[in-house]
Amino acid sequence: MARLIRTEKEVEGRFEEVWIVVEEDPLEQWPAGPLAVVGRPAPRQDAPLRVRGEARYTADVKLPGMLHAAVLRSPHAHARAKRIDLAPALALPGVRAAIGPGEAHGLDEEAGFSGAPVAAVAAETFGQARAAVKAVEVEWEELEVVLDPDDAVKRELLTEEPRRRERGDVERAFAEADVVVEATYRTQTVLHNSLETHQAVCEWQGDTLHVYISTQYIWGVRQTIAKTLGLPEDKVRVVCEFMGGGFGSKNSPDEYTFVAAELAKRTGRPVRCALTRHEEHTAAGNRNSTIQRLRAGARSDGTIVALDGEFTNSVGWSGWSSPTEGPMWMLYDCDNVRTVTYGAKLNTPFMKAFRAPGFAEGTFGLETLIDELAAKLDIDPLELRRRNYASSNNGVPFSSKNLEECYRRAEPHWERRHEVRSRSDAVWKRGVGMASQIWYGGGGPPSYAWIRLGSDGRATVVTAMQDIGTGTRTAMAQIAAEELGLPLEHVEVVLGDSARGPYASISAGSSTTPSMGPAVRAAAADAKRQVIEIAAQRHHLEERVLDIRDGKVVSADGNLSAPVEEVVGLLDEAQILGKGARGPNPTGMSVLTFGVHVVEVAVDVETGEVRVERVAAIHDVGRIVNPLGASSQVEGGVIQGIGHTLSEDRLLDPETGRVLTTSLDAYRMPTIADVPEIVCEFVDVPDEHLTNLGSKGLGEPPIVPIAAAIANAIRDATGAEVRELPISREEMLRALEAVKRRERRGDPAAV
Amino acid sequence: MSEVRLAVNGQEHVLDVPVGTSLAHVLREEIGLTGTKIACNEGHCGACTVQVDGVPRLSCITLAHTVEGEVTTIEGLRDHPLVEAFVRADAVQCGFCTPGQVVSAAALVAANPRPTSEEIRHAMAGNICRCGTYPKIEEAILSWQG
Repeated sequence: MARLIRTEKEVEGRFEEVWIVVEEDPLEQWPAGPLAVVGRPAPRQDAPLRVRGEARYTADVKLPGMLHAAVLRSPHAHARAKRIDLAPALALPGVRAAIGPGEAHGLDEEAGFSGAPVAAVAAETFGQARAAVKAVEVEWEELEVVLDPDDAVKRELLTEEPRRRERGDVERAFAEADVVVEATYRTQTVLHNSLETHQAVCEWQGDTLHVYISTQYIWGVRQTIAKTLGLPEDKVRVVCEFMGGGFGSKNSPDEYTFVAAELAKRTGRPVRCALTRHEEHTAAGNRNSTIQRLRAGARSDGTIVALDGEFTNSVGWSGWSSPTEGPMWMLYDCDNVRTVTYGAKLNTPFMKAFRAPGFAEGTFGLETLIDELAAKLDIDPLELRRRNYASSNNGVPFSSKNLEECYRRAEPHWERRHEVRSRSDAVWKRGVGMASQIWYGGGGPPSYAWIRLGSDGRATVVTAMQDIGTGTRTAMAQIAAEELGLPLEHVEVVLGDSARGPYASISAGSSTTPSMGPAVRAAAADAKRQVIEIAAQRHHLEERVLDIRDGKVVSADGNLSAPVEEVVGLLDEAQILGKGARGPNPTGMSVLTFGVHVVEVAVDVETGEVRVERVAAIHDVGRIVNPLGASSQVEGGVIQGIGHTLSEDRLLDPETGRVLTTSLDAYRMPTIADVPEIVCEFVDVPDEHLTNLGSKGLGEPPIVPIAAAIANAIRDATGAEVRELPISREEMLRALEAVKRRERRGDPAAV
Repeated sequence: MSEVRLAVNGQEHVLDVPVGTSLAHVLREEIGLTGTKIACNEGHCGACTVQVDGVPRLSCITLAHTVEGEVTTIEGLRDHPLVEAFVRADAVQCGFCTPGQVVSAAALVAANPRPTSEEIRHAMAGNICRCGTYPKIEEAILSWQG
């Protein structure tokens, strides 16, 4: 029976109270460990399409008569378009329509950052559209530009109310602490840079809008477009079968979608609006920079007694102030914690969620500070973390937590530090560092799946979710195959089209597998029950003695072994239809993911070059559905994190607020030559309180601890404290110089 | 408009396109071979890699009218053993860079059938994968012969 409940829903660390209807979830979890299909490595089912270049991305959608749009963007960081003349653009060859501020959602007179969309043109070719955009005449009134986050906070130019939280008595605890460390950490602005840029193709068929879009959330796009355009939701169809990366930047439709929809309406033709790489760098969102002023106090036995943090998120013109303070609240058992978090509203490109927003940045600050504390206390960093192990999340019990097991498995990697250090020479200093990870990733309802089992004994999972490249399509097939007792190659997954399946969760916040997996399993169980009922009647057996294994309906005594296609084949053209819904998350429990990274680095003390040589990544995310795909997720997160730590930096001109790094040669992402040895381990114990599956998400956890682990390894290697990302050669040399100055003064070195 | 003759995957094409049109654009929009992806459109990322007479070429910054020689795109390499090696090794995440990776790798193994990790890292450094599939790509190329 369906139950109406009030529950807390979490996405990307943001919580809201929602009403949901949940189905009973009576299925017992499967036993831990590898099963017939689940828990076994499986190459992706859609890999051949992707590798052979046959997968159709939004970038490949070409509809008959399709026009191309280009967007006029503000050259100023803050300005008002006093007058716009579209006529010169409309007079150019190939141009079919032009729109200005207010004529499509997202096009505004007031430009709050350099790159803000103001007007748009549709033409027969993209080249014609781009030329026409340049012909639009705009009279700008320049407005005051605010670029400095501290200045914005001082002037209370904020995106939202500051978040202030305190538990215990922080000031008293600091006064009583034996040791106090204090430091300011800074993280930079980072670009998602999905290789497929943000884009949409819109086409009206009658009063229905068809939207082909590179997105992480088919249903969110549908709802937002319907609300914005005043359409019934079923008059918006959203399609995304394959998409070329998102990393948090593609959770919603933005101006490019509304521009395409409006221009399609005006011209009566399909319209593509695709951002260029330069627009991707200026107007598609970013991980915001942060300033973290942190303090930690401890007793000499290593007990952390006080944590204090002032966090400033440089949110930009829009976006939200992410939970940068989160790790300080959740990672350690500390009675006295106080934080304040400001979201600075600036005339800079806007914040969009990026793989563990807030936590990736906050963990760099906190976990580096913890190592500074360990050095001052002269306690082994792993031991210090163990001594302050959190047994609850601010009093709320964890649904499961195996961080201690992660630490135990980290020991052999941590032990390598003596040998690693001994390989240092006069130029290359080597060291080892670690950092812990805590993040969400529990997913939640609602999410639905259908299963269709044909008379050929093959099953199709139908659900309008998206696979953003994480391999969830294959994970869903594995879950369905396991429950149905079918070989994996007899199960397919149809997804990516709101007209072709039920509501499915967002693919953000490490939620696809924990949200969708239980729904798929429930649907498969529903179909399986029906197959067994049919077999029981056909063979005059009791249902309870029947099961499906390896594609056959079998009886407990072994007398019956009938292929599923034989049982369902009785029905000729008929189909078995199963449906399933995601059950609720456990009430009164905190569902979180945990892990630890141990990183080995080499630092060239003459040039400041930092090389990451080895990363051991140990994660606790509940049951692992596909160990092969899971290892790819971890490697990808680690590598992206290395880019965030060492080389990636979206730079602004401090005078004008314009983005200086608009291309991929100026904005440096890791290449294959930058990849260290990566050792990946999973605790792989199902969360017994979480759904019928016990799986949590894995997309974000591996990026969370990497920067701090690298910074801590650098300190181990050189004694230098790096507190600013990226750790460029300049930053590394500055930190090494500080060590030298300290040594000249005769202060004790940190290590 | 100006005539351009292209030999692509063993087929001759005679097309009329403006001078200045990129090879990537012609392949995708005129010939309909969308396996070649455009991700930066300025020669920085490698997603658009094709081969011209077996040599990797960034098709987004190659003018169609300047091409002399046989063009091989991912569509011409669909039966290459590297495809199965990439699938087996899970050397694909979002997949947008993957056709370009396979085209680069095919050129590498044609010239050097047993490349070392170091040689792979050198030859493949121009193909960016934002998902960070690199360890699996290296594994796929190391094991491409099965």
